[in-house]
This record gives sequence, C-alpha cells and structure tokens, in this order.
Amino acid sequence: MEFLNDLKDQVSTAYELLAAGWGVQLLWGIGWTLAVTVVSMLIGAALGSLVAAAKLSHRGGLRFIGESYTTVFRGEPELLIIYLFYYGGTQVLTGVARSTGSIGSTDILNMPSFLGGVLAVGIISGAYQAEVFRGSFLAIHRGELEAARAYGMSAWLRFRLVIVPQVLRLAVPGLGNVWQLTIKDSALISVTGVAELMLTANKAARSTHHSLLFYTVAGILYLVMTSISTPIFEKAERYTSRSFTRPK
Amino acid sequence: MDFNFYLSTMWSVLKALPLTLEIWFFGIAFGLVIATGLTWLRASDYKLGEYFTRAYVFIFRGSPLLVQLYLIYFGLSQFDFVRHSPILWPILRDPMYCTIVAMALNTAAYESEIFRGALRAVPVGQIEAAKAFGMSAFTRFRLVTLPIALRLALPAYSTEIILMTKATALASVVTIMEMMGTAQKIQHDTFRPIEVLTCAGVIYLLLNLSIARIFAWVEYRLSPHLRPPPEQRQQIKPVPEVL
Repeated sequence: MEFLNDLKDQVSTAYELLAAGWGVQLLWGIGWTLAVTVVSMLIGAALGSLVAAAKLSHRGGLRFIGESYTTVFRGEPELLIIYLFYYGGTQVLTGVARSTGSIGSTDILNMPSFLGGVLAVGIISGAYQAEVFRGSFLAIHRGELEAARAYGMSAWLRFRLVIVPQVLRLAVPGLGNVWQLTIKDSALISVTGVAELMLTANKAARSTHHSLLFYTVAGILYLVMTSISTPIFEKAERYTSRSFTRPK
Repeated sequence: MDFNFYLSTMWSVLKALPLTLEIWFFGIAFGLVIATGLTWLRASDYKLGEYFTRAYVFIFRGSPLLVQLYLIYFGLSQFDFVRHSPILWPILRDPMYCTIVAMALNTAAYESEIFRGALRAVPVGQIEAAKAFGMSAFTRFRLVTLPIALRLALPAYSTEIILMTKATALASVVTIMEMMGTAQKIQHDTFRPIEVLTCAGVIYLLLNLSIARIFAWVEYRLSPHLRPPPEQRQQIKPVPEVL
C-alpha cells in the first residue's frame, strides 16, 4: 500500500514539474540529441566510407590503417573516446592558444562541447559504418563491376553509377543499427556538457530531487526515438530495394 | 615525451584493472542467468512469457545503458519501500552493486536475443534424428540442441562480452574508481588528458583483443568438424612432368 501511495504522489508531482517548464526543457533535449545523432552519423558516413575504401584497398599500408581504425574505435569504451576528444581537445587548443599568445599563460581555452562530443561520437559511428559499407560492397555482384569495366567506365563513373547506388541500398539495414547505436552513444556526451536529453534529465533530477521521474521520462523518450526510427528504416529499405523484390 | 609519466600512469590504471574485471565478471555472470531465464520464457508456449520478454528486450535495448544505470542508482532510492527494505537497500545504495545490476539487466536483453536466434538455427534434421533415436525431451536438449545452439551463439556472444568490457567504463560516472575512474582522477590532477587517456586506452584495447583472441580459440576448438581434414591441409604436390 505504501508503494501505491508513493506512486500516486509521484504521478501528481510529475505533471506539475513537467508543466512548470521541465517538459519544454526535455523537448529541447530531444532536439539536441537528434542534432548530435544526425551530425555524428554524417561525420561517421564520411569517415566510414573512407575507412571502408582503405580496408578494401590493394595496398597493405592503407588496409592496415583501416583495420587499426575499426579495431581501436570499436574496442575502446565510448566514454574514453569522448573524454579524449573533449579534454584532449581542450589540452591541444589551450596549448596552441598559449603559444600563439592569444590567451594568457594561465588561461584555458575549452573545447566547444558540441564539437568535441560530435567528433567523438562521429568517429565511433564511423568505425561501425565502415564495417557496414565494406560488407555491402562485398555483396555487390562481381559481374556488375566487371560489366562496368568492360563498358570502359572510368573509376569515378563506376563508383558513381554502379557502386554507390548498390552499396547504399544494401547498407540501409546496417545503417539502421548504427543509427540506434549512435542515439544511445549520444547520451554519453552529457558528460561534456551538451544540453541533450540525458544532461537535461540529469539537471532536472538534481535540482528537483525527483530522479526517478526524470530518468524514467528520459528512458521513455529514448525508447520513443529508437522505436520510431525502426519503421522509418524499414520503409527506406523497402524504397531502396523496390526494384529488387524477390519472386514470391 | 615524459616516459616516467606514462609508466606511472599505466601502473596506476593497471592497479584498477581487478575492479574493472570484477564488475565485468559479475555483470556477465548475472546477465547470463537472467538471459537464460528470458530465453526459456520466450521459448515456452506461454503467450504471457513471450509478451514479457518482448517488452523486456524492447526496453533494455532501446534506451542507453547510462539511463538505466541512473534510474537504478538515483531513481529507485526514491521509493520509501526500497529504502526500508533490508534486502534491496544494501544493494541499491552501493554504486558498485548498482552498476553490476544495470549491466546484467542490459546484457541479458541482448543475450536472450542471441540465444533465441541460436536455438532457432539448430538444424531441424538433427532434432528429428534425435527423436527418431527415441531420446527424451531432456536428453535431446542436453545432447543435441544445447551443444549445437551454444556453438552457434558463440560469435555473437563474444561480441556482446566485448561490449560489456566497454560498458564497465560507465561505472566511473557513479563514482567507482575502476580503470576509467582512475584515469579520470589522474587526468584532473595532472591536466594531461591525452597522455592519461592514451594509457587507459591501450589497456582497454589489449584487454579486448585478448578476450577476442580467447573466444576465437574456443570457437576453433569447438568446430573441428568445419575444418578440412589434415591430409587436405598439406600442399598437394604438383605431378612431375614426365614428358
């Protein structure tokens, strides 16, 4: 019974607190989380395709670089990479600014928290995307590449007309998984002070002493974001593979 | 390059390795127990069990582990009945236990899906053969389904274990001084984050690479039937040209 009374109190204060302005704050948090995720995915797509190309290269040196990239950034704790970019970025920026004399010798030039966080999450996302792109490239029918070559297509034309459309089509399900991972990783950049959903929930929990409420709301909002993206990616998959339906 | 600084940092972080491994081990062990239960519920014929596991997997895979950790560590203590419970309170007031609970609950969701997939991938012919031999359901499970399913689950399971190693670093945000927490402290004391985090990064990477190596070895040992027979492995000598 004590439990039920507790719960009733929680629900009635929940409405008051959310209406008092924390609700709007949390919505802004969602906006920032989505911004971080989208920008990180784009950084990751750029890096990931380069790394995938390196891993598929005939040159041993490039292959080694690609392998090391995916091993390191998939093998390290995400938190460590985020700290490395945020605090390490601050260390580098401060060092450069002090030596050029643009700040005093005791001042500190902080890494912009959004930039640091997005770079870190983007680089992690890039490691996973590289594997997705590599797998999709390997799944392209060899004959298509040979045919393109036999037509006398240049490497760029082959890339643009044969490789990219097919890799993108085959990569959609894998990219959906990376998107989910990236949404969840974006919660970690709250440690650098980006006012995304996790940090907003944290602030709300600390200043109102209603941690249960705000962390539950944050958890539900994350669930909403991840579950909304599933049908979207399914739709994208259907759209991109509309000319490749298997005979029933 | 301050070589001594690297060495002393490396040593300080390494001293926290046992704590990291402790969180890792208990998280995985309890996670395995919960995952087994979930898989069993999911495989049973009860609709209710299926709905429960579906909801469980949805919740724990769809939200970040950090939220789950905060919810357990900060959130649950809000309930009076938790604070007054002689069993729950000693567990939920300790950040160490909370991390282990959060990790176990989280990994159980992923593992139960891995095990479910592995069980479904056991070839039907093997089970039919076992039935034809007159094996009881339990014998069939013990001697046919389980060994094959475990072997099939191994690659995905090893990935999950490596994700768990990475997840132990989250313990540092609830004040545990494991490797990440120690690295954070040294970094704040010395203002040399790049050097300190590189040291910690090397240790995490070596740890993960050795775990991957161990799993690769186990996988190799468990799949002799997939390897070519020894005589084929020797290079076939070209037939000497006679004419």
